[in-house]
Amino acid sequence: MRGMSPIVQVVARLLAGMLFLFGTYVVLHGHLTPGGGFAGGVLIAASFILMSLAFGSVAQTERNSYTFSSVVESLGGVLFVSLALAGYVGGAFFFQNAAVYGTGTPLRLISSGIILPANIAIGIKVGAGLFAVFLALGASRFVMKD
Amino acid sequence: MVELYVLLAAMIIAALVAIEIRDLLAAAVALGIVGFSVAIMFILLQAPDLAIVQIVVETLTVVFFAAVILRTTNVDGTISGAFRREMVFPAAVYGMFCVLFLIVVGRALAGLPSFGSPTMLVAGQYIALGLERTGAANVVAAIILDFRGYDTLGEATVLFTAVVGVLTIARRGGRKEKNGEDRS
Repeated sequence: MRGMSPIVQVVARLLAGMLFLFGTYVVLHGHLTPGGGFAGGVLIAASFILMSLAFGSVAQTERNSYTFSSVVESLGGVLFVSLALAGYVGGAFFFQNAAVYGTGTPLRLISSGIILPANIAIGIKVGAGLFAVFLALGASRFVMKD
Repeated sequence: MVELYVLLAAMIIAALVAIEIRDLLAAAVALGIVGFSVAIMFILLQAPDLAIVQIVVETLTVVFFAAVILRTTNVDGTISGAFRREMVFPAAVYGMFCVLFLIVVGRALAGLPSFGSPTMLVAGQYIALGLERTGAANVVAAIILDFRGYDTLGEATVLFTAVVGVLTIARRGGRKEKNGEDRS
């Protein structure tokens, strides 16, 4: 995929880090403020998509990140299911939360049991999954032919 | 709640028709009847948002089916109308399952609040107890990741399936066999 003009590249370089940071913030504060894993994951994927649209990439890089994001997406899913299964460890049922891990102090970052790690798992999953879909749909048309 | 029983019976009949009829276009229409009955059911159970989603999905599904059938063939060659002895046992199992299903659903529907009374009993509990039970200040996070974790697991599974489907279809080249032939 070819890159875009220097103006776009400079602005994208300024924005992408902030987008990634904001996505991470939305994921981590999902249990305190509006947002959560799905919204934050989309923001994280948007930062990667912005960079690869602005700067372009070569076939081998794209193929590597395609494989990598597929693997990370699956790992996010496994993490989410194992968090749900962790309820069994405490002798409770699937997705048991507060009775096993406690609620913590409300409005603190570390609180509300597995809701925070579950948000992180969903954020990883959604971010990597959307980026993989972008690479498969958008990029493969140009570079993944060989 | 009589209309719900009527709808359920109609859906079972339409599903059986969809399986057993020879004309594929008629089978697609029967499948549409099942889906739109689900939509009507959602409206009767006071979940209009789900009803809208169901109508959109069902319309798209029937249109896709109709488009594919009109472009290919509309005769299902695997179905013959003749009676065979080995069909008796599956038919009996179907019948028993339908009766069992209607009995279970009847008992479940009997527990619903009567028509006209407020149905938002569960939502009120979520809002009132969300902070206390989960410790999450954001009530949406408390609902989707704690009270309704199964729902979110299903949503994540849908996303995973969508990604796997896109990667499978959009992948170019595919894996190469040893002798250099393209397998995909």
